[in-house]
Formats: sequence, C-alpha cells, structure tokens
Amino acid sequence: MLHTVNKSPFEKNSLDTCLAHAKEGSAILLIEDGVYGATKGTAVSNKVQEAMSKFTVYALEPDVKLRGVADKVMDGVKLVDYAGFVDLAVENDKVQAWL
Amino acid sequence: MMGGEVKKFLYMNRKAPYGTVYALESLEVVLIGAAFEQDVTLVFLDDGVYQLIKGQDNSDSEMKNFSPTYRALEMYDVEKLYVGKEALEMRGLTEEDLLVDVEVKTADEIRDLMEEMDVVLSF
Repeated sequence: MLHTVNKSPFEKNSLDTCLAHAKEGSAILLIEDGVYGATKGTAVSNKVQEAMSKFTVYALEPDVKLRGVADKVMDGVKLVDYAGFVDLAVENDKVQAWL
Repeated sequence: MMGGEVKKFLYMNRKAPYGTVYALESLEVVLIGAAFEQDVTLVFLDDGVYQLIKGQDNSDSEMKNFSPTYRALEMYDVEKLYVGKEALEMRGLTEEDLLVDVEVKTADEIRDLMEEMDVVLSF
C-alpha cells in the first residue's frame, strides 16, 4: 500500500499518524509540505530515520527542490519525479493520502 | 505620503511558502505597507522560517518561486526581519541557510517586539 503525506510534520500530525498506521514494507511518499519531513537535523529526523527500517520512504523531488531543501534530504530517502509518483501509485494496490 | 501618520506594523509569518497561499499574500501586504511608508517589521516563526530558505528552485515545478522578493524588500526600506531561534533550531537550520540578513530572536524577545507594535497582521 502507498501512503502519501502532504503536510509539514511541524504543523500537523499527518506524518505521525501515517507512521503509526502503515504496515511494515509499505511505501511512504512525502509530497508538498510533507517533504520537510525528509530533511536532516530536525526535530523529527530521528523518527523518520527509524521509520526507514520498516518502510521505504520517498520524497517528490520537484517539491523538494521548490522548497530549497534538496541539499538537506536524509540519506536513505529515495527521490522520485512525477513519473515515479505515477509508478508508485500503479505498483501499489491502494493509496492512503494522509492530508 | 499625504500627512498620514506612520504606524508600526508587524507582519507575523508562520506558514511554509508553497503549501498554502499565506506566505505570498503576506508579501503582497508587506509591499503595500511599505508603499504607504509605514514602519514595517517582519517576523518569521514556525514553518514561516522556510519562506527565507536559500536555493528554492522551481525548475521542475509549476509554482512561482517568489523567494527573490525577500531580497528586494530592502529597496522598499523593509529591513527589520526577525526569525525565531527555536523555529530554526527544530528544523536543523541556521542563519547561513537563509537568503537575506535577519536577526535571530528568542520567544521572549519576540514577545516584547509584539508589544511595541501598533498593528499586528497575522499570516
């Protein structure tokens, strides 16, 4: 199953709720303000780093670049473009969007 | 300006730049305030600090990159830009990550600043 998170982890609990409810092995794609959750050295970095042992964490590169955090993305986060987003949506049987 | 009184305006910015329209709208109102030669102060707290981050790049995106406008504020005599210390720290950011010169302030200092103002506009 694919989970998307589009809210900043510093403003909403969408990422927390996602991590608490996603099944091991799921794909988690951070988009829009959700990409701030993929950056290094923040108050949520450890949590996301830990989550990467259970899930594959992706971030949408155009949103990462737009927000000026391309050089701050944590190791282990996989960057995808819009075509990659489509691939993830097709590969997974369902999508849960944590808004 | 025609005999108008000058007030101290504080623009409080707390939202990340692209996920909502608050940041862009704030900039528009800041420029209006500056055009009327008001005494303008900008504060960036919480995700608002992301508005000022260097290297915003819309080359793969349909969104407008309005971050260069912050660098132009100086030309409108908008020079008082304050950033919350705690907000930077919890996002792993430092002044070096920002595209304009700012003064980093603690919550205590920003509290005092707010009290000095005539008008506070919230974004």
